Amino acid sequence: MSGPSDYKPNHPALQWFERRLPLLGLMHSSFVAYPTPRNLNYWWTFGAILSMMLGVQILTGVVLAMHYTPNADLAFRSVELIVRDVNFGWLLRNMHAAGASMFFFAVYVHMFRGLYYGSYKEPREVLWILGVIIYLLMMATGFMGYVLPWGQMSFWGATVITNLFSAFPYVGDSIVTLLWGGYSVGNPTLNRFFSLHYLLPFVIAGVVVLHVWALHVAGQNNPAGIDMKTDKDTVPFTPHATIKDLFGVACFMLFYAWFIFYMPNYLGDADNYIPANPGVTPAHIVPEWYYLPFYAILRSIPNKLAGVVAMFSAILVLLFLPWLDTAKTRSCKYRPLAKQFFWIFVIVCILLGYLGSQPPEGIYVIAGRILTVCYFAYFLIVLPLLSRIENPRPLPNSIADDVLAKHGGTTTAKAAAAAIALLVASGLVVGSAQNARAEEQATPPSLNWSFSGPFGTYDRGALQRGLKVYKEVCSNCHALSYIAFRNLGDAGGPGYSPAQVAAFASEYKIKDGPNDQGDMFERPGRPADYFPSPFPNEQAARAANGGAAPPDLSLITKARSYERGFPRFIFDFFTQFQEQGPDYVAAILQGFEDKPPPGVTIPDGSYYNKFFPGHAIKMPKPLSDGQVTYDDGSPATVAQYSHDVATFLMWAAEPHMEARKQLGFQVYIVLIIFAGLMYFTKKKVWADAH
Amino acid sequence: MNPDASTIAAGAPIDVDLTPIAEGQDIKVFWRGKPIYISNRTKKQIEEVRAVPINSLPDPATDQSRTKEGHEQWLVVIGICTHLGCIPIAHEGNYDGFFCPCHGSQYDASGRIRQGPAPLNLAVPPYQFVSDTKIQIG
Repeated sequence: MSGPSDYKPNHPALQWFERRLPLLGLMHSSFVAYPTPRNLNYWWTFGAILSMMLGVQILTGVVLAMHYTPNADLAFRSVELIVRDVNFGWLLRNMHAAGASMFFFAVYVHMFRGLYYGSYKEPREVLWILGVIIYLLMMATGFMGYVLPWGQMSFWGATVITNLFSAFPYVGDSIVTLLWGGYSVGNPTLNRFFSLHYLLPFVIAGVVVLHVWALHVAGQNNPAGIDMKTDKDTVPFTPHATIKDLFGVACFMLFYAWFIFYMPNYLGDADNYIPANPGVTPAHIVPEWYYLPFYAILRSIPNKLAGVVAMFSAILVLLFLPWLDTAKTRSCKYRPLAKQFFWIFVIVCILLGYLGSQPPEGIYVIAGRILTVCYFAYFLIVLPLLSRIENPRPLPNSIADDVLAKHGGTTTAKAAAAAIALLVASGLVVGSAQNARAEEQATPPSLNWSFSGPFGTYDRGALQRGLKVYKEVCSNCHALSYIAFRNLGDAGGPGYSPAQVAAFASEYKIKDGPNDQGDMFERPGRPADYFPSPFPNEQAARAANGGAAPPDLSLITKARSYERGFPRFIFDFFTQFQEQGPDYVAAILQGFEDKPPPGVTIPDGSYYNKFFPGHAIKMPKPLSDGQVTYDDGSPATVAQYSHDVATFLMWAAEPHMEARKQLGFQVYIVLIIFAGLMYFTKKKVWADAH
Repeated sequence: MNPDASTIAAGAPIDVDLTPIAEGQDIKVFWRGKPIYISNRTKKQIEEVRAVPINSLPDPATDQSRTKEGHEQWLVVIGICTHLGCIPIAHEGNYDGFFCPCHGSQYDASGRIRQGPAPLNLAVPPYQFVSDTKIQIG
């Protein structure tokens, strides 16, 4: 479709350039004059959204790499320092981390759209295969990127995924050693993953160019799935598609910004705020949500090699899709049976994703096996069979006729509504089963926090009181090593003046040196110093506390969570509920009971805590009424102490929360205005095309 | 892309003193970045694992073949689950051996797989007894 351009620039300098390199002509014929079908719906804007997401990920990623340290000892801290100290580092990191999820969300919509409207069929097979290659590259990039923060889930995710390759006979172990660059996942692994994570996005960008090229050779598919015949069937790309894409992008940004500014940890795993520890495996290793369906397929097969082969096949089968589905009619709009099976397949994928996030036991394993069979049956049995037995409905004569007929949509909407209703119903059943299981473990009560919601701010009084509780009680055993004294004077924090911060810092003794004699010495703290740790190293902390090292508290409110369960986690998205961490911390501090309930035995040296997983906690009851004196008349009770110290620790984990929510509000106003402008411009531009 | 010289050098054999490990206890040491469990097994544990019919095991191996003669109480295994590489917890599970928290594989006190998705027994690293109370791993 993009033949030689007849584009002639007006300016003589541009004409001179154009004769030597017809770059402008290429751009003009590809993105201005390029004819697009008149009947495209909004599902077609996801191509533009994906291009934008690739750009966002590369831009934010390049800046993040300027501040990141790919070393097993420093990586975790460097990511934390990006968030805390780099100018708008929290914004960059949230954009990049949530961006990965948004990228996959958009690519799944894009792929399902291709599946529904038959966009993989002749003559677009190569276009589809290039898309599958991009998807595979995205999966590799996403996986390696998730390893870089070097938290517990990064490390163990890397261990589990690299170990998949050990399933292959004969060569498996050599492949795994090659991936690790050592005898286990370690510093060499992190280094090579960083290198590849930086490289692969540019490879993706290259394949995207091929993907767009192939698209422009074959021409776009459309909801009717028929070819463009006359000029009546098309509209020029600019302004029609550009404006429509911009409106789509603006709407997508509204969704994306919700995560960046209000729910940055909603899609992440609390365990990844614990630094990687090769000696401790998290109880429940889960990949990021976008890999969950494939993880479920892997786990539902009892044989290791067969599981790995099934998982890879689940992706590779997409490459053969153009030849598995031989039906002549492209769009499911005109294929009554294929349409129903398509929606069943969507539900199968979503349910597989849910199962991937659940522990592999009991009913989940059986459900996983059934759904795995369904997944493969769709490609290997249903699609080949349907093309032989199905009677498609008659196609419109042309795209122009399709636009004028003004039908469709309603049936799709009905199917979608039915699908969603079915999904919610089945989810409720699964969810209630799960809730019944979770009864054994007491859930921390949801408290009222001043910092919850879109306009939440920290209560300065609570922060200052919480600091006092930390200093007088917690700091005897727990470090706070990511917080510097200067942070106490930062905007959005406890609100001390520079003089107060300096005075606070000077009360601490900080180890410094070596001096000219080569000796270490102690000096009073300065605002730039970090809170000193109570123990010189983890082993000392462990030895002094009966074998359990008290965790660093800087990130504790983000590193601890509890299961919200279905369907509550869906409501949490709308209510912006993010306070599992502080709820848990406050509950632990109040959950001690002198006598364990009958039937529960607690080992010597441990204490019974209602809210601690397993109930046997090594920490003795730290707080009692009246232990810390408050100057502002707040009640000196354990409940008040717990609330204040949890508030303080939430600030310690998320020091820029107030700036984040403020900027989020401004960004939302701008985006809503922009989306509105785009919508009305689009209406005007398309007025004659509909 | 294969391990560099310093990584290989750091993977040289290590000596471990067994005297501090009381009967029924175990320690975890790291060798080549892998956790190695060294267990001083009780009489009961040894009797149990030797009484199991070999043919009933998913990955048949005798306890004798997994320990050194004359040092039957010592079990030395690489603490990496043969399923997907998590670290099993010692003294847990139904077989008084190892239990992997990730996907529920259970090993007996000889480190042999008894239940769960793991295909193989816990690997025995190369080691020998330098003296009665000291082993060299590697």
